[in-house]
Amino acid sequence: MKPRIVPLGDSSVLVQFGDEIDLTINQCVHALANLIANSLFNGVIETVPAYTTLLVHYDPLMLSFTQLKDHLRAQIPQIEEIRSQKPRLVEVPVIYGGELGPDLEFVASHCDLRVEDVIRIHSEKIYTVYMMGFTPGFPYMGKLDDAIIMPRLETPRTRVPAGTVAIACSQTGIYSIESPGGWQLIGWTPLKLFDPASESPFLFSPGDEVKFIVEK
Amino acid sequence: MALEVIEVSGFATIQDSGRTGWRRFGVPASGPMDAFAFRAANALAGNTPDEAVIEIGLGDVTFRALHDCIVAVAGVGYALSIYIWDFPLWSSYYVRAGWTIRLNKLDSCMWAYLAISGGVQTQPMLGSRSTYLRGHFGGRDGRQLQVDDVLKSGNPSRSLNELAARTLPAEALPAYSDNPTVDVIMGPQEKYFINESIATFMSQEYTVSNTSDRMGYRLDGAALRHRGKAELISEGITMGAIQIPSNGQPIVMMADCPTTGGYPKIGTVASADLPLFAQCVPNKSKIRFRETTVAKAQNKYRALMDGLDKIVESD
Repeated sequence: MKPRIVPLGDSSVLVQFGDEIDLTINQCVHALANLIANSLFNGVIETVPAYTTLLVHYDPLMLSFTQLKDHLRAQIPQIEEIRSQKPRLVEVPVIYGGELGPDLEFVASHCDLRVEDVIRIHSEKIYTVYMMGFTPGFPYMGKLDDAIIMPRLETPRTRVPAGTVAIACSQTGIYSIESPGGWQLIGWTPLKLFDPASESPFLFSPGDEVKFIVEK
Repeated sequence: MALEVIEVSGFATIQDSGRTGWRRFGVPASGPMDAFAFRAANALAGNTPDEAVIEIGLGDVTFRALHDCIVAVAGVGYALSIYIWDFPLWSSYYVRAGWTIRLNKLDSCMWAYLAISGGVQTQPMLGSRSTYLRGHFGGRDGRQLQVDDVLKSGNPSRSLNELAARTLPAEALPAYSDNPTVDVIMGPQEKYFINESIATFMSQEYTVSNTSDRMGYRLDGAALRHRGKAELISEGITMGAIQIPSNGQPIVMMADCPTTGGYPKIGTVASADLPLFAQCVPNKSKIRFRETTVAKAQNKYRALMDGLDKIVESD
């Protein structure tokens, strides 16, 4: 897979691997992110993996666009080998429904399923953290089983508690801090996704695999 | 050494060069709105380029020095007075214990940076002292400065006498203006817009809307039209990136911008011109955009930052 490398301004470049949400494309993104992190190339500040792209932030006082582009091109042949490495699996206990999963019954009726089926379908799959964003530590995970694909809320809630497990379109996510939110809320995890004062501030990293464990 | 906040009607936060290394987890970089003035304030105070300073906007702030210290103030849109004297910005000053340092907002421009020799020392969060207001962390307890806050500083790099009365000459400054022309590097999604809209963007005047903040500046002016859909699969964004949502009104990402975004980007403001753009006054400054290349933009940025070496030490 030969990516396109295009500038985003004069201090970042975007590496584009494709134009659809797809696991193989996303694995290439994380593989290149790992290669860059391990290459310690002077002037590269950090990278931001997303569904189909990797954004590379750099210091234009240390590195020109062409120098960085050449360095990125040199990494590409190794992507395939890195991509096939097994990612880390994070298990997430979830209490489905109730006060902290107020949309679970609506999701079931909308999908013409029983509540237990929604819980089973949502928890039996292993998801991939395609990217992180929205708020610090929020994982965008996919893909949901087609049976429980839901639209976003028409009117987003102004306050969703941290730890709330939610779904929208073909994705599932977990609110990492209390924030507004427009996804359907189906459960809650006691795990802390973001703690800025901690030595390891984030529960997830981009590229992780995630399995939800049903808590009674 | 320390400064105490004794009056604040403006918007003052602690900022260092930014919180890098965590954007892949969704943590914005934050840092200064005007990176040149930020760097100048630190250089004038004899600090390393990344030290934390006080960013001031929107209104007035008064500090009292609790010990003898050196402060340097850089930026535009402010008048500075120390004790009973008025002083120009872009200089460093010896301040005696008990003296006040006042920054009064003028009608033009937006942001000023007050550096204290040794840098403002707060608890770093995720490796940075920058305040991220929406995340409620960094700087002083993740919030704006308030009356009675006491900001401690580290050890100055040299004796106070050596660090006083240093000035950055006017020829080293970027071309600050109420009505700037701002260089833009096109892409990566300029093909998402009809040709007429690209021409409109490059020829019409825009103003900054008063709903703008440290996260982004919304632009008022001719709306741009997408060829097709106004959304793309979310991807990384950066300060200066110009996103165009479906209503066609551009939003320029600023220091606290999210790490990713899902609107097509017509282009990105050049680093050398971000200070000019950041200093634009809502509903007042008239902005024009001009196309540049990455290579030209990088050369201009290097030349601008090289200007920080022109600091003059008085005898």
